[in-house]
Amino acid sequence: MTATAPIRSSTSSRRRRRPRPARWLLVAAMAALAVLMVFPLYWMLVSALTPGGQSQSGSFYLLPEAPTLDNYTEVFAQQPVWRWLGNSVLIASVGTALSVVVSLMAGYALAKYRFRGRGVLYAAFLVTIMIPIQVTLVPSFLVVARIGLVDSPWAVILPTLFDVVGIFIARQFLLGVPDALMEAARLDGAGEFATFFRVVLPSCGPLVGVLVILGFMTRWNDFLWPLVVLQGNENLTVPVALSTLTNNPAFSSPYGAVMAIATITVLPLLVVFLAFQRQFVQGIASTGIK
Amino acid sequence: MSLRTERAADRRRGGRLVPYVFAGPAALLFLAFSLIPIVIAIGLSFQDTASLGDGEWIGGGNFASMTSDPLIGTALMNTLVFTVGTVPTSMAIGLALAIALNRPLPGRSVFRALFFVPMVAAGVVVGVIMSWIFNGDYGVANNLLEALGLGRLPWLTAPGWAMATLVIVVVWTRIGFCMVIYLGALQSIPSELKEAAAIDGASRWARFRTISWPMLRPTTSILLILNVVFSLQAFDVIYVMTGGGPGFSTTVLIQYVFRSAFVDARMGYAAALGLVLVAILLVFTLLRQRANRKAEEML
Repeated sequence: MTATAPIRSSTSSRRRRRPRPARWLLVAAMAALAVLMVFPLYWMLVSALTPGGQSQSGSFYLLPEAPTLDNYTEVFAQQPVWRWLGNSVLIASVGTALSVVVSLMAGYALAKYRFRGRGVLYAAFLVTIMIPIQVTLVPSFLVVARIGLVDSPWAVILPTLFDVVGIFIARQFLLGVPDALMEAARLDGAGEFATFFRVVLPSCGPLVGVLVILGFMTRWNDFLWPLVVLQGNENLTVPVALSTLTNNPAFSSPYGAVMAIATITVLPLLVVFLAFQRQFVQGIASTGIK
Repeated sequence: MSLRTERAADRRRGGRLVPYVFAGPAALLFLAFSLIPIVIAIGLSFQDTASLGDGEWIGGGNFASMTSDPLIGTALMNTLVFTVGTVPTSMAIGLALAIALNRPLPGRSVFRALFFVPMVAAGVVVGVIMSWIFNGDYGVANNLLEALGLGRLPWLTAPGWAMATLVIVVVWTRIGFCMVIYLGALQSIPSELKEAAAIDGASRWARFRTISWPMLRPTTSILLILNVVFSLQAFDVIYVMTGGGPGFSTTVLIQYVFRSAFVDARMGYAAALGLVLVAILLVFTLLRQRANRKAEEML
């Protein structure tokens, strides 16, 4: 190790003497780990393309012998997959849009105003992070049923609009927005709401990006709540539908069908993640935790 | 601080209602879908009810019958094993990866992305993929072991193994998250500090122990809370992969709440269990905060 390098060596000479093999060993270890991390998703794709016969074998393979889209055609023919996708897209996009607005406004109030009850309100919001959904599952269902929303997309959208993590992230970010910006707008005669929507928000591009990506991902992947409030097969979201497929005897290779739907569930998010990777990762690292 | 009060005074002259309008929608949603359900849950926990709304008030009966329910001990123990198995492991691996990727390694942005990818997948998707990989008869894990001349393992079908497999799977999903958070924190540590220490001859380990680790303390603390909360609330993966079995070997507390409510149809009992879970979470958080405050005072 370089740990015991002589005291007098300067930084530059230390850097040059860093053993190259150790560095490449580290890269190799990282690469091996990366393979391990990605393998399950690779395997999902392989299994989705593997015909039923081969997938039901006890021998080891890394590639499908005869890759085929049969699993996809079969599951699309037998199940309302397009409906599921439509439901998921509707719930995730409408839910995210509304929720982001609610979170931004609440985060703004908590970050930039002093008002009676602010501390209590923020503390009450934060405590809900600790409340597992299983506690509120049955009562929330009662509330939704009372409003008469069961089996409608709104049953999924409404109760998840309140997003503590989103409010937390928004508040943290907005604390860092200089007050001078707001003061300048007010001096120019802008009202409080115009200040927020026309001056503060446009400077929050990264924040909105992070909230949209996180919100969409959470809603797209959500499982337990949609499982409870959605009932008709036509009305399910993709993840809930996926869980019903695992023990569906109608398919020649149940895992083929399941993996086909699994790829459809993951791929959109994967594309979004890879496209906005920097915002995604940096957003989580810089605004999420402070 | 004084600036802030000044501004507050300004605002008071403007409209007092403005902040309430901004916070209003969130507060209303919080009321309707968090607070009211919690109040209803507390009510349910004192009732004996199989269905919704027609319960009989039985005082502390649900809490009393917990003491004679052997499955509670099992569920608590499983929860403890699952949490202890997942939280320190994910954080340690995440930290190690963050440290490695904080250096100018070739391809580090690719590695960072790849390590993070599992976090994007839905719990249900992770569950079905892993059930398939660890399937006893056709799963690739066992097929590989057999091809290597090793025996097949009962990944999900033997009690001890099922818990271990779940821990591995959940750690897999969480490493990337811990890594990203730690990496962000590491990058905010001024490099002059470490360079100065290096010039003074501090070893890499000494530099980590005396500079990075103390400066990472707030991050570690928040990651610990988040990870414990994640682990105590982990549902999707367990539900899809084992359903709490075989037997009750992977029935964690949250699984048991779900089971009591929707399999055994004991809504009141389930509500009481859920409240106990919340109490555990709150106690943990308070202890953690107190420990933090102590640590800060000592610094």
